[in-house]
Amino acid sequence: MTIDIGFTFSRFAAVVYKEFIQMRRDRVTFAMMIGIPLMQLILFGYAINSDPRHLPTAVLSADNSPYSRGIVAGMQTSTYFDVTGQLSSRAQAEAALKNGDAQFVLTIPEDFSRKLLRGETPVLLLEADATDPAATSGAVASLREIVSRAIARDLPGPAAELAATDLPVTIRVHAEYNPEAVTQYNIVPGLMGVILSLTLTMITSLAITRERERGTMENLLSTPVKPLEVMLGKITPYILVGYIQIALIILASKFLFDVPLRGSLVPIFVLSLVFIAANLSVGVTLSTVAKNQLQAVQMSVFFFLPSLLLSGFMFPFRGMPAWAQVLGSALPLTHYLRFVRGVLLKGATGMESLTHIWPIAIFFLAVIAIGMLRYRKTLD
Amino acid sequence: MTDILFDPKRLAQSPSSAPTDAPPKVPADAPADAPADAPADAGLSGAGGDSVIDVQGLTKSFGSKVVVNNLSMRVRRGEIFGFLGPNGSGKTTFIRMLCGLLAADSGSGTCLGWDIRTQAERIKPHVGYMSQRFSLYEDLTVRENLDFTARLYGLPDRAALVGDCLEHNGLARFADNLAGSLSGGWKQRLALAACTLHDPSLLLLDEPTAGVDPGARRDFWDAVHRLAARGVTALISTHYMDEAERCHRLAYIAYGDLLAQDTVEGLIRNSGLVTWSISGPDLHELSEILRGKPGVDQVVAFGNTLHVSGPDEASLVAALSPCGATHQCRRIETNLEEVFIHLMRGARKP
Repeated sequence: MTIDIGFTFSRFAAVVYKEFIQMRRDRVTFAMMIGIPLMQLILFGYAINSDPRHLPTAVLSADNSPYSRGIVAGMQTSTYFDVTGQLSSRAQAEAALKNGDAQFVLTIPEDFSRKLLRGETPVLLLEADATDPAATSGAVASLREIVSRAIARDLPGPAAELAATDLPVTIRVHAEYNPEAVTQYNIVPGLMGVILSLTLTMITSLAITRERERGTMENLLSTPVKPLEVMLGKITPYILVGYIQIALIILASKFLFDVPLRGSLVPIFVLSLVFIAANLSVGVTLSTVAKNQLQAVQMSVFFFLPSLLLSGFMFPFRGMPAWAQVLGSALPLTHYLRFVRGVLLKGATGMESLTHIWPIAIFFLAVIAIGMLRYRKTLD
Repeated sequence: MTDILFDPKRLAQSPSSAPTDAPPKVPADAPADAPADAPADAGLSGAGGDSVIDVQGLTKSFGSKVVVNNLSMRVRRGEIFGFLGPNGSGKTTFIRMLCGLLAADSGSGTCLGWDIRTQAERIKPHVGYMSQRFSLYEDLTVRENLDFTARLYGLPDRAALVGDCLEHNGLARFADNLAGSLSGGWKQRLALAACTLHDPSLLLLDEPTAGVDPGARRDFWDAVHRLAARGVTALISTHYMDEAERCHRLAYIAYGDLLAQDTVEGLIRNSGLVTWSISGPDLHELSEILRGKPGVDQVVAFGNTLHVSGPDEASLVAALSPCGATHQCRRIETNLEEVFIHLMRGARKP
């Protein structure tokens, strides 16, 4: 007879098995678990991330030369820029950007062609409305190439040779309103953390609360099952769900958004376990506090919002005030984003990523400890 | 107030007469670490020595409301013990304290020989608890629910055990139906099957038959009596008088206080109530007249008769004498309901 105080694997396995059956029966929730990541991917991914083209561009040109005309024509044909009009003053330029009439203002100085021919590397100024930096980055990146081609085509022989090796123009980009540009590829891998965070916390926060609300907790509490067995038993099936989500997002990154996946996927799959566990432990712990399922959802949103805002997903982490950075550093999503971006975009290895993983592990241990203390063995 | 806490004389007629071939099986593995007063081999000799439930002064409050007040009670091995009282009288709270679902504020006691306040984890494997509300998983099938329960209790040979259980409880044809799709009576059968699956020594059944039809109720009670015959003790709360009469002993609790604890006969005898049955014309008018008279405690219409009860024979007869000419009056046995209503009125809190 097992009159034990400790953990019994068979009882834990019983809870796991039961959860799987219930998950299978609860089609709506399961659909949500798969649907939410897809929806977020499509909304966030396409809304933020698509490579926007045909951005309205105004030109303030004081130099009417073949070179400057060639540059403007090149911009137009690149499809990144739609040259909407010629401006005649600085004031107009500022107003166009401010009102949002133009996403870009290209300023060509009056001595542009003269300096160019003399090899004096004149300055081209591109002012960008970078309120949404993702929107402008593609266009900005393309400008150098456009200018280089336009000039090379029009320059006479020796100067053209010079231009082929070294751009004879200085392109100065002023990203207005939001100086820290977030690159497009940051978003999708970041979404992986955001989606895992939201769905896993919420679904597990419902887990114990649902038992309470439906009255089945009363029966469960009257059996010999232990708190740890219940908590881990409830978490385990959702680890699998978490992995399905990761796989979905990676597939989407590759095939829908063409994110260049530099690093190996092995560290992603192995080390994500820590992050998944951390989020699930938050959910379970919240559900030991929440009185009903509505509260459980509200509490998980309460945890999710700071994660979304302070992790560096929405706003550049280094741009946040010190207190927000401290708060953000406590959240697992912050570290997970760095980990995922490091591996996927910069090709970091698993070992190199461990610096981002241990804070998540500590978070997990702390939260599961709180959950254990909070789990009520009685109905009081 | 009739407050019969414990009467050793009644032990003789106490129906803990389980068949000798199936000795009461209070936790087989208890003695090793059970406290000295464990009920292992105490036998019937000492008062309470054979108690499966033995609590003293149990009190529980929610906020400022005292739900169970200083309650002491004993339930003997193999006994079917009925637990009655008006809604909100603390029956559920008391049962939950016994099986470790709620922590008592004060008082002490043992359940199956283990301390209810510190050894709930030892009590749980030997108790079958059936809550008032259906508390199995509606989104699992009947079989899955039983299988899950068997796993939680670590029972060996699960598949066969669950199969037998389905068979014995007539649940086999519903085995693969979702529990949520069963009718009330079948849910209750499933719940009883689940809470007896691990062969508990003590059943704590909280209004198990609420909302169940008479046929299913009778089947249920037959099942409980079969279990009791095997030495299983059962504490059952109920509102039905016919069910109360099927219990070996009863306790009546109202507003947190234990008002009486006895056999059915003992309760009726000790209530001191005398009851007369009256039949004849214009019973409704008569009942209005009788209600105000001294010596009349209750006037209840039963079909074509009135049952009139009072605590004192002489004054009751005096009250009834005027209608002797027009109506037939005869003395009848006081029934349990009249006793309980009498008890409840005496206990009503200001």
